[in-house]
Amino acid sequence: MLVWSRPGRIVLWLLFALIFGVLFLAPLAVILLSSLADQWNGVLPNGLTTEHYTDVVQGQAWNAVKASLVTGFLASALALVSGTWAALALRVQGATLSTVLGLLFFIPSAVPSVSVGLGLLVAFSHPPLLLNGTIAIVMIAHFVLISAFTFGNVSAGLARLSPDFEQVASSLGARPAYRLWHVTLPLLAPYLVAAFGLSFALSMGELGATVMVYPPGWVTLPVSIFSLTDRGDIFAGAALTMILVAATLVLLLGLERVTKRATGA
Amino acid sequence: MSAVAFTGTSVMDIDAAKIRGAGSNVHFDKVSVAYGSHVVLHPLTLDIAPGEILAMIGPSGSGKTTALRAVAGFVRPASGRIRIGATDVTDLPPYERGLGMVVQNYALFPHMRVEDNVAFGLRAQGADKALIGERVKDALATVGMATFARRYPRELSGGQQQRVAIARALAVRPRVLLLDEPLSALDAQIRRNMVEEIARLHRSLPGLTILYVTHDQTEALTLADKIAIMRDGRVCSHGPTTELYRRPPNRFTAEFLGRANLLPVTVAEAVGSKGFATARHGDVVLTGAGRDEEAGDKSLLCIRPQHLSLTAGGEHTNRIVGTLREVHWQGELTHLVLDVDGTPVRVSATKLPVELPEPGAKVPLFFAPADTSLLPEDAGV
Ligand SMILES: Nc1ncnc2c1ncn2[C@@H]1O[C@H](COP(=O)(O)OP(=O)(O)O)[C@@H](O)[C@H]1O
Ligand SMILES: [Mg+2]
Repeated sequence: MLVWSRPGRIVLWLLFALIFGVLFLAPLAVILLSSLADQWNGVLPNGLTTEHYTDVVQGQAWNAVKASLVTGFLASALALVSGTWAALALRVQGATLSTVLGLLFFIPSAVPSVSVGLGLLVAFSHPPLLLNGTIAIVMIAHFVLISAFTFGNVSAGLARLSPDFEQVASSLGARPAYRLWHVTLPLLAPYLVAAFGLSFALSMGELGATVMVYPPGWVTLPVSIFSLTDRGDIFAGAALTMILVAATLVLLLGLERVTKRATGA
Repeated sequence: MSAVAFTGTSVMDIDAAKIRGAGSNVHFDKVSVAYGSHVVLHPLTLDIAPGEILAMIGPSGSGKTTALRAVAGFVRPASGRIRIGATDVTDLPPYERGLGMVVQNYALFPHMRVEDNVAFGLRAQGADKALIGERVKDALATVGMATFARRYPRELSGGQQQRVAIARALAVRPRVLLLDEPLSALDAQIRRNMVEEIARLHRSLPGLTILYVTHDQTEALTLADKIAIMRDGRVCSHGPTTELYRRPPNRFTAEFLGRANLLPVTVAEAVGSKGFATARHGDVVLTGAGRDEEAGDKSLLCIRPQHLSLTAGGEHTNRIVGTLREVHWQGELTHLVLDVDGTPVRVSATKLPVELPEPGAKVPLFFAPADTSLLPEDAGV
């Protein structure tokens, strides 16, 4: 539905700005303001301060950032490898099998993440699979939740890849492993990076499952934010949220630069 | 397998191979291909001689790509065997067949420079560095792209990309070069130049066996030693290019390979010792080149538009009269469309009489028996 008339376009833009502003920017702005608020009784904060930032930075902030980054990185890397592997493996299977297995991959996304956490907790609470109270179980929870997205992204990339590239490579004498490494994966690189970025962002914000399984000493940013606000420490929670947003943004921008350089775009 | 083992090949051997010609024959032995229950290639038996260019030509969906991909190893025949040289390749994976393949959309690896694209096959086969360097230079020079070695594919035009794709296939010194509509993505002018270049390329590599798939009759007529015409998954005719053009064995071939006027006739006198028969078109008696026609056979007399003349004389002993309908002047050629007793007849003439007849006028047309060919009347194959 293209709108060409000038007033029509202005109305559309206003509508877009309204939706975007109200749904996306307003909550973020409120969090930003509360992270800097001294007291907040009226419509606007009574005064501004950076006290909450100094508080959280002196408190648990760095440990939380570290826990989140390490978890996000490891879980995403693992999800990338297994999601790519699964996508490549399913491609050569029959259409029915790959549809069924493809759907299986997405089930964890449809289940509340709290239930995923609970399931892992129960499943891994008896020897020999005793992982309760370890960092590993946090990684596993994140991995289970994000691998569907890497799988989905890589599958989409593969579907868009013309079979000609790989066939020409084969006909020139490239064995499957050589072809995978020198043709398929490089051509998939943009999708791999996008998948990794998306997984990382999802992992950085994951709360439901993490809350169920995290051990003491491995408190991720969302869990810290949750416990701060749960205790009524709204302003500190807001400050920590801003740190989370900043960390994720820096990460995604960095990834984008890496992709641009790698693909020469 | 031996064709992909490059260990021990020296630069000296390359030139020797070039002179000797590394081509092998390709043999389809009752090869059929089916997707599920849908047969797309009916048992096909066909031989491509070493050093020959076979053009496989036919309408879209006739099974040309399928046949080519069966040679390359991407389609498994439902039955039959494929041999390249002395090797039965039917069960070999594509990477052990020692072929070069060029596809319509070039499929250059976008993340590699031109030189790395061309080096790809040799690197994949583990050839040594010195050999790769030499071959890449050689292959790029062959297609006139030596100065573009450091470019990325996206920095090249379509024609240049296709040359690189050809160089990439040549660099591995394939036993057989497979080309699937290599020029279809290019525009007309560049396509004409590329056809000539491929012809030149083949003259410089006379030993190279080429399977050239196209739907363009001009490409096929220009390049091919032999042509196989495909229709609905079958070869409906196969033979040396000029012979197939001059003496098409059936109506489909006559009409697919160039333009053809087909006059319905009844054979009056069987083919004589000189290879000619006489036939009646209405009251008109015509002489045509025949095969084994018998008196009384219903037949079609095929005459190419450029063999019809508005003036009598010389060999042009056949004469028919038509009503002029349309005149299309196209610079080099003028196309006339006439109506001969309900059959549309086209004439392509380079020279026209000074006074061109008006549409509606009765115009006599003259042609030589040697330029005609009698075909069986049954429509199709
Ligand atoms: N992967 C496939 N699955 C099912 N049918 C196919 C497949 N590839 C080709 N076909 C069918 O096989 C027939 C021949 O195709 P193709 O060899 O590509 O024809 P051409 O190259 O002459 O245009 C067509 O009818 C096409 O629809
Ligand atoms: Mg085709």
